[in-house]
Amino acid sequence: MDDMIKVDAANYKDLMKHYIETQDEQSLYGVEQVSKTFIKNNILPEEIVNLHIQALAELYPNMLEDFQHSMDFLLEAMIAYGMAHQEYQTLREKQNELKSEISVAASMQKTLLGTTKPTIEGLDIGVISVPAHQMNGDYHHFVKGKDGSLGIAVADVIGKGIPAALCMSMIKYAMDSYPEESMTPKAILKNLNRVVERNVDPSMFITMFYAQYLPTENLLQYSSAGHEPGYYYNASADSFTEIESKGLVLGVSPATEYNQYELKVDKGDMIILLTDGVTECRDGERFIESEEILDVIKQYSHLPSQEMVTQVYKHFEKLQEFELRDDFTLLILKREV
Amino acid sequence: MNPQSCVNIQKEWDIVGARQLGRDIARKIGFGTVDQARIATAISELARNIYLYAETGQICFEVIDNMDHKGISMVAIDNGPGIDDVSKVMEDGYSTSGGLGAGLPGVKRLMDDFDLQSEAGKGTRIKAVKWVR
Repeated sequence: MDDMIKVDAANYKDLMKHYIETQDEQSLYGVEQVSKTFIKNNILPEEIVNLHIQALAELYPNMLEDFQHSMDFLLEAMIAYGMAHQEYQTLREKQNELKSEISVAASMQKTLLGTTKPTIEGLDIGVISVPAHQMNGDYHHFVKGKDGSLGIAVADVIGKGIPAALCMSMIKYAMDSYPEESMTPKAILKNLNRVVERNVDPSMFITMFYAQYLPTENLLQYSSAGHEPGYYYNASADSFTEIESKGLVLGVSPATEYNQYELKVDKGDMIILLTDGVTECRDGERFIESEEILDVIKQYSHLPSQEMVTQVYKHFEKLQEFELRDDFTLLILKREV
Repeated sequence: MNPQSCVNIQKEWDIVGARQLGRDIARKIGFGTVDQARIATAISELARNIYLYAETGQICFEVIDNMDHKGISMVAIDNGPGIDDVSKVMEDGYSTSGGLGAGLPGVKRLMDDFDLQSEAGKGTRIKAVKWVR
């Protein structure tokens, strides 16, 4: 590396000499390139000033002594910049280490929380879940029962990033331990509430919507723990209504009971479940209205569910200038005609 | 015998005195302008730490002249409050520097060897060495 510096130093002197004689742009372009190799080789500002002083001394052996002193003064002034530069360098390396560590954690989370979208005759399912940062604080999960029923969980940790993501792993393993058949939505929420209340920091809350779809009866049974309300699209009336559901957020009180509701799903009807990352999308400083979400959904409702959720996500991603503020999860069930 | 000279640090003006003495020694040993400036800056940092946190202390310089090695050694000693968590003050961005690259990590970078001993309530001893390249 020392050889490199010598080459650049000679180069610097030649370029400067040429520039002093001609004041041409070419020399300036040249010094820009040299400057970049300085940065690449971690040459500190004081060393560059020193290089300049040496070049001057060689070019002007009779340089004014006062001027020489002024250059030494400049060199001293650069020392603190050099120190700060080295500190930034170290911090940048540390940041890269952290970033790659987080990305390993994120891919591990993806594996841990992974769920496969099941195939259910007569039901078209679409789901998209995109984290605002690397780790996702939203969670969705499908459980296909032996009786043909479909369990769907959509959850959101208040907060985002790593703590939220860690919390979600716990929820998933709690749910995995339940016997699939016997559990109703309200029983599942009641149970999870106890898990969260016991194991999670009191400042952290989890909202969840749990639904069970029974294809034989075309019936959706559901309960909500303070979760963002979903929407029901009634095909025959061509209208959306909010899915009514009341219930306390998970982890607040140990003995919470949850209500259970049901909804008949006819041909062409849709169930839309989401997290507040969807409803709290912003257009500039303004929060969007829920009508706007429904309008966009409707606009793409002729598409298969998976394409629909993808298009809706793209719409809001663009609206927010490709910078999500919160984790975004949208799930659509459509009963096929 | 190696000559050794010390500067007592009590007031801010003493920081300048310590810099001056350290720079003179460095120049005599044969350090270039850039390294002289770095050594002076390291002295500043150590002397300021004494002045700000320990109130009084001392910085001593020593010329090291081995067969193939020439360098300057500086030792800063105080009987101040000491440092509780050494690894923390050696962390970048910690302490008063606030992203100015200063502080003890800065000193460590400016010099070649660095050693710190401290006991809470008793004081701190920092030794730093720079070799002529």
